[in-house]
Amino acid sequence: MSYVVTASPHLHSGDSTPRIMWNVVLSLVPVVAAAAWFFGPTALLVVLASVAGALLPERIWGRRSATRDGSAAITGILLALTLPPGIPLWMAFLGGAFGIIFGKLVFGGLGQNVFNPALLGRAFLQAAFPVAITTWPVAGGPWWGLRGDTFAIPFASPQPLDTVTAATPLGLMKFEHKGTPLWDLMLGTTGGSLGETAALVILLCGGYLALRNYLNWRIPASIFLSVAIFSGVLHLLDASRYPGPLFMIFSGGVVLGAVFMATDMVTSPVTHGGCYVFGAGIGLLVVAIRVWGGLAEGVMYAILLMNAVVPSINRITQPRVFGTREAA
Amino acid sequence: MRALLRFRHGVHPPERKERTAALETRRMPYPPEVVLPLRQHAGKPAIPLVKAGDRVERGDKIAAADGYVSVPIHASATGTVAAVGLWPHPDGSYDQAIRIAVEPWSAQAARPRLVPEWRGLSPREIVAAVQEAGVVGLGGAAFPTHVKLSPPKDKRIEALVVNGCECEPYLTTDHRTMADFPDRVLLGVRLMMKCLGVPKALFGIERNKPDAIEAIRRALPGDIDVEVLPLTVKYPQGAEKMLIQALTGREVPSGKLPLDVGVVVQNVASVATIAEVFETGLPLVERIVTVSGNGVRKPANLIVPVGTKLRDLLDACGGLSDDASEIVSGGPMMGVSQRDLETPVSKGTTGILVLTEAEAQRNRTYPCIRCGHCLDACPVFLNPQLLGSLALKARYGEMEPLHLRDCMLCGCCSYVCPSHIPLSQIFAAAKTAIRKAKTTEPAKAPA
Ligand code: SF4
Ligand code: SF4
Repeated sequence: MSYVVTASPHLHSGDSTPRIMWNVVLSLVPVVAAAAWFFGPTALLVVLASVAGALLPERIWGRRSATRDGSAAITGILLALTLPPGIPLWMAFLGGAFGIIFGKLVFGGLGQNVFNPALLGRAFLQAAFPVAITTWPVAGGPWWGLRGDTFAIPFASPQPLDTVTAATPLGLMKFEHKGTPLWDLMLGTTGGSLGETAALVILLCGGYLALRNYLNWRIPASIFLSVAIFSGVLHLLDASRYPGPLFMIFSGGVVLGAVFMATDMVTSPVTHGGCYVFGAGIGLLVVAIRVWGGLAEGVMYAILLMNAVVPSINRITQPRVFGTREAA
Repeated sequence: MRALLRFRHGVHPPERKERTAALETRRMPYPPEVVLPLRQHAGKPAIPLVKAGDRVERGDKIAAADGYVSVPIHASATGTVAAVGLWPHPDGSYDQAIRIAVEPWSAQAARPRLVPEWRGLSPREIVAAVQEAGVVGLGGAAFPTHVKLSPPKDKRIEALVVNGCECEPYLTTDHRTMADFPDRVLLGVRLMMKCLGVPKALFGIERNKPDAIEAIRRALPGDIDVEVLPLTVKYPQGAEKMLIQALTGREVPSGKLPLDVGVVVQNVASVATIAEVFETGLPLVERIVTVSGNGVRKPANLIVPVGTKLRDLLDACGGLSDDASEIVSGGPMMGVSQRDLETPVSKGTTGILVLTEAEAQRNRTYPCIRCGHCLDACPVFLNPQLLGSLALKARYGEMEPLHLRDCMLCGCCSYVCPSHIPLSQIFAAAKTAIRKAKTTEPAKAPA
């Protein structure tokens, strides 16, 4: 009889990478459901298209059975949540594929990428189709109705849209200096992309992940804090030009970005100290881009910029090794 | 009441001690053959004093200490030396060992011997007797006890720390030693305090052993200052540096020894063994071993002659179940998988675990997803994520400034890694590679 010989430890916590990933997917289900509630079946179609776009290249070029670890599905869902409900499905598909190919596979697949693949896909769509990605249909209307050019033919020249386009709270604020009631922001009854609108649902789902230690709460906490502080200071200086901290946090993609995008394990720091630095940096950039930049929204670029410096953040925030208190 | 006594980080593996925790220690029958490796302790291997054909009695010295950091080895059973040669060693290699064919009908009574009366001995003489009895740290590391009991003159030792944590899952040998032999343990504490000349002993026991805490507290003599301190249940609470921090709040500096913060740590089983030496005159020839795991039919805490083969030990425990898949010597966190049932129990063997397929979770590995869980687990506050990625690229030189040396291979990082990366195994290999590079380089230089 022969026995298995393995290295110690011979016990394991039982956690696994696919389990973490599928838990994130699970926690995104209510967010997708909320999107479907606000924007009708179109929302689900956009999610499906984007997930399919993410899975396909992973299936073709990724590691064996890489699609089963759940990470590409997350990328697809997250990307969809940043898109406007009326976006043509082929664009959502293309965005997902771009995010996985150029955001993940070229770096060497799972765990090797520097940038959040979902945000990279979104950045690509924004650069390639600036009109489609900033066309926001109104929430409400007939629930079953399709919004926008859902079934547009790929690469056909975009027709002037015949849907009514609503402004997002951030657009209203930036370009028309109009506020939106906070309660609408929290509950999601405003214009915006799929996952931007239901802040409360996102916070609850994030709380679940944080409890299971699948999400480092320090990142969203420090993002919220830093957005609050910087926008609060500006608001105190000139309340008529700069919106207050609560509006800043609950409008646009801050909540979604802070809870689900910035916390992507692969592209965020491994040290706790690093998580605070990372979150603070994102918050600062979000406020700066929104206030001084030409864009109404800044979350995507803020996170991507901070992704780029994660290796340096990790380096300067190494924990103090046990027994080195006095040592230089 | 003091604040919760604990260290930071670490993990909470399932304890799985319930199968043996309440079982009183019992003796196992003598096996037909015992095999005593010459290297059962940290330091130089012992030098054999016997040859094939020699008759030995239980307790006879059969190998002598080679220098100061070494201890002699004694026959653990009466019989005839069958051979001196290579034999499977618990660490997985083959090494020199003395095989003794045990006399089947022997009463295994030790020769009548002089039991030294410790009250009349000076600390120096006690320490010498401890070395002569072959006592080593029985918690697993097997460092010669007499060396730890004779700290250099320039170090001021303030307290003896007794390690009764037994933080490894499954194991219950220290637990049973404290619960079954509290007086012997406390005599050992007294002897050690005398050797070290310290006024105080701190006795750390994890809270999951209330009966052991109770037994020791009840047996406390009034004339020595021994403080029993219940500790938070967490792995690796029994690691020297973690234990010292939990009990005294002091951090042993990187690269230094407990001596440098004024304490000496001794494992409960070693403490009890010293007492036994002065109670019976018998050297270290047997020890308590926990045999457990779902793959063994009758788990037990057994008093086992050193050198008993795993085969005989497991037979004494009802044999293996049909789904037994892995045999581990030591605890599940740091123990070594055994490939051969001919391997003997050595002085440092705390337990023999037979794990079933279901218990020994083997999983597919994934690339590191930088979750940071390993950083949260490492009790030494290393960055296993970074160290692991460097090691996989064989960039060992960059690992040293990151304090690889301080890694104690406790396995907490591997335990939590969701990608199942065998981090502690990688670090053990890196340490070996670095050591090899260091020893071969100076040799090359003159050429
Ligand atoms: S094995 Fe080394 S790196 Fe891993 S947790 Fe233990 S001390 Fe830290
Ligand atoms: S626990 Fe494993 S996957 Fe997570 S950071 Fe450490 S090595 Fe990487």
